[in-house]
Amino acid sequence: MTVQKLPLAKAINESLRTALETDPKVLIMGEDVGKLGGVFRVTDGLQKDFGEDRVIDTPLAESGIIGTAIGLALRGYRPVAEIQFDGFVFPAYDQIVTQLAKMHARSLGKIKLPVVVRIPYGGGIGAVEHHSESPEALFAHVAGLKIVSPSTASDAYWMMQQAIQSDDPVIFFEPKRRYWDKAEVNTEAIPGPLHAARVAREGTDLTLVAYGPMVKVCLAAAAAAAEEGRSLEVVDLRSVSPIDFDTVQASVEKTRRLVVVHEAPVFHGSGAEIAARITERSFYHLEAPVLRVGGYHAPYPPARLEDEYLPGLDRVLDAVDRSLAY
Amino acid sequence: MTVESTAARRPRRNSSINSSTSGSSSSSDGSDGSSTSNNSGGSGGGTKRTAAKKTSKAQTAAKGSGRKSVSRPGTGRQGAGRQGAAQGKTGQHGTETEPPLVQLLSPEGERLEHPDYAVDLSAEELRGLYRDMVLTRRFDAEATALQRQGELGLWASLLGQEAAQIGSGRALHDDDYVFPTYREHGVAWCRGVDPVNLLGMFRGVNNGGWDPNSNNFHLYTIVIGSQTLHATGYAMGIAKDGADSAVIAYFGDGASSQGDVAEAFTFSAVYNAPVVFFCQNNQWAISEPTERQTRVPLYQRAQGYGFPGVRVDGNDVLACLAVTRAALERVRRGEGPMLVEAFTYRMGAHTTSDDPTKYRADEERAAWEAKDPILRLRRYLEKAGQADEAFFAALEEESEALGKRVRETVRAMPDPDGLAIFDHVYADGHALVDEERAQFAAYQASFADSDDADVTAGAGTPAGNTGGNQS
Repeated sequence: MTVQKLPLAKAINESLRTALETDPKVLIMGEDVGKLGGVFRVTDGLQKDFGEDRVIDTPLAESGIIGTAIGLALRGYRPVAEIQFDGFVFPAYDQIVTQLAKMHARSLGKIKLPVVVRIPYGGGIGAVEHHSESPEALFAHVAGLKIVSPSTASDAYWMMQQAIQSDDPVIFFEPKRRYWDKAEVNTEAIPGPLHAARVAREGTDLTLVAYGPMVKVCLAAAAAAAEEGRSLEVVDLRSVSPIDFDTVQASVEKTRRLVVVHEAPVFHGSGAEIAARITERSFYHLEAPVLRVGGYHAPYPPARLEDEYLPGLDRVLDAVDRSLAY
Repeated sequence: MTVESTAARRPRRNSSINSSTSGSSSSSDGSDGSSTSNNSGGSGGGTKRTAAKKTSKAQTAAKGSGRKSVSRPGTGRQGAGRQGAAQGKTGQHGTETEPPLVQLLSPEGERLEHPDYAVDLSAEELRGLYRDMVLTRRFDAEATALQRQGELGLWASLLGQEAAQIGSGRALHDDDYVFPTYREHGVAWCRGVDPVNLLGMFRGVNNGGWDPNSNNFHLYTIVIGSQTLHATGYAMGIAKDGADSAVIAYFGDGASSQGDVAEAFTFSAVYNAPVVFFCQNNQWAISEPTERQTRVPLYQRAQGYGFPGVRVDGNDVLACLAVTRAALERVRRGEGPMLVEAFTYRMGAHTTSDDPTKYRADEERAAWEAKDPILRLRRYLEKAGQADEAFFAALEEESEALGKRVRETVRAMPDPDGLAIFDHVYADGHALVDEERAQFAAYQASFADSDDADVTAGAGTPAGNTGGNQS
């Protein structure tokens, strides 16, 4: 296979398969990742082909999954651990924040923990509570972790390859409502850096910054705005820690306006950090304050209300209008 | 080898604490006949009477102060089975009512035999264990003194736990791996970690200053119980590698309440991981006694997870060595994990910041002092003629030399450079860390003489506006 049209979930599956094939130290572990292939089938068929020793169904204990992944990494393995849903990561939060993130520094660089934590995240699938959250900022605040989120099947494939190769722990947020979106994946391409942002659509009047599931919304917003004669640039951040501020800055200094969009609550979210940094870097270039569109400071709502809660085309365009009105 | 595991305890009856009818009673099988001083007011009903109200600590204190002693549930097991041999010697106060524990050396320095656990050590090996314990205690005392002198910010003393640590530490093979808490100074000694390296984190110059892979001794773990999962994962890796190494995870009675420890028990059992869980039950988790952590003896927890547990006299270096060796052999054979509960006592404070006079009685400490791990081995060595005055004198000298070296090295330990804040945050680097390092350096350089400020500040970019170095 070289170029193939794949759903995002299948692209991750192929990426995991490639990693298992090329590096005997790579392990897959998590709840239901084996026979079932994961509740989203992201690991479908991997246990059958690589065995129970490498694709490991774990007890239902998230702290145990991450804690033992750390131990396996200390032994020289490269575990890819799945947390079944975003809202289930918190039992493992202690191990991730207290142990996984800090061990390299505590050992003065002697220990490396190449652990990937896969988390299907975000809303839009009509799920019950704890299945639709976007906790990336809670991890981005922690030094020692790297946080990425692909928006396309191609990025999903390549970013997973790079995350597994990384000697740092990577939290890999998978946009679960985009799992079925198909795109071309070239498995022989030469990928760019894992933490570089990508200009997904060029424009001149305003910059939309998004990552993961919101990139598609922003591209739709840009298409709609184009019909009204407005040229929006869309930057797919791809990485939430570190953030490629240079690419954002270059875009903003061209368009002079910035709107940041994410599903996570706006308050203390990634958008706040981007707004502050871009204000510091590009103060004299800005024609309007940086605006943010995201979730509200409320628990993720019941599914019948999630369309109201999640940033959609109209809320993005509303923010675009407000920015352009300055 | 069979291991005394977790035979079911009798149902807890009459366990309502402070009930006027339950009273207290001795075990009714009479195996512990001395504990009858308060055998009144037992409830009727013909049930096995198992007054459940007092703990080992309360008992010990009571005994020490000459007050009444009270038995506790489970005492009916005492005389039964193979454990009985050692059990009879357990309590030097004559009213020990704890579950059986493995003991090979009595507090009086008498060698005991146990049907399941034997050690046959040469005089030189015995002297070696003695030396390890003495030097560890000396190092520990020096560290406490250094804290008092302001050279360390904090110290967590292992005083009283030397036998548990040296016995278990000397049971390990070179290729075994240790996951310690923050108090395993004796185990570190056995692994060949320079004691001075342990002090960096307590002085505040690093957060763990040794390479874990140099001695197969992981960094100290401060968050309680977390390391048991790392140990389990590491052991799972050993099993995958087909190696015959083993892992030992240290934790305490307080940690036994942590979810991570429960999850480590589950994972290790499910995957048959070669890990020994070595619990030093030192009776106190800062101010909380063991009965705030558990209603069953800790070693019995293992049964619920499907692996054996055993309680060993944690102040008996020979028993700790023998039991840990056996446990390691079991896990090496692929028979799954094992729990060892070393029953010991934290003679000092939790740390130098703690004040145990607020929560525990002097009598209790005094009772445990009589079971001192070093004293009992010395008694044995002297009685058996396996060490002479010259040995003890030479060791005293070595001990003082160690104290001196530790003292001088710690005092000379420099503060790290400020830029060390940014070192090793990531293995592969991180743009923000690079940016903040440059800002910090520029800020520091701004204090330099104006003549050379431009040079030391590098690009001289003002803090807060440094161009990022994006990957």
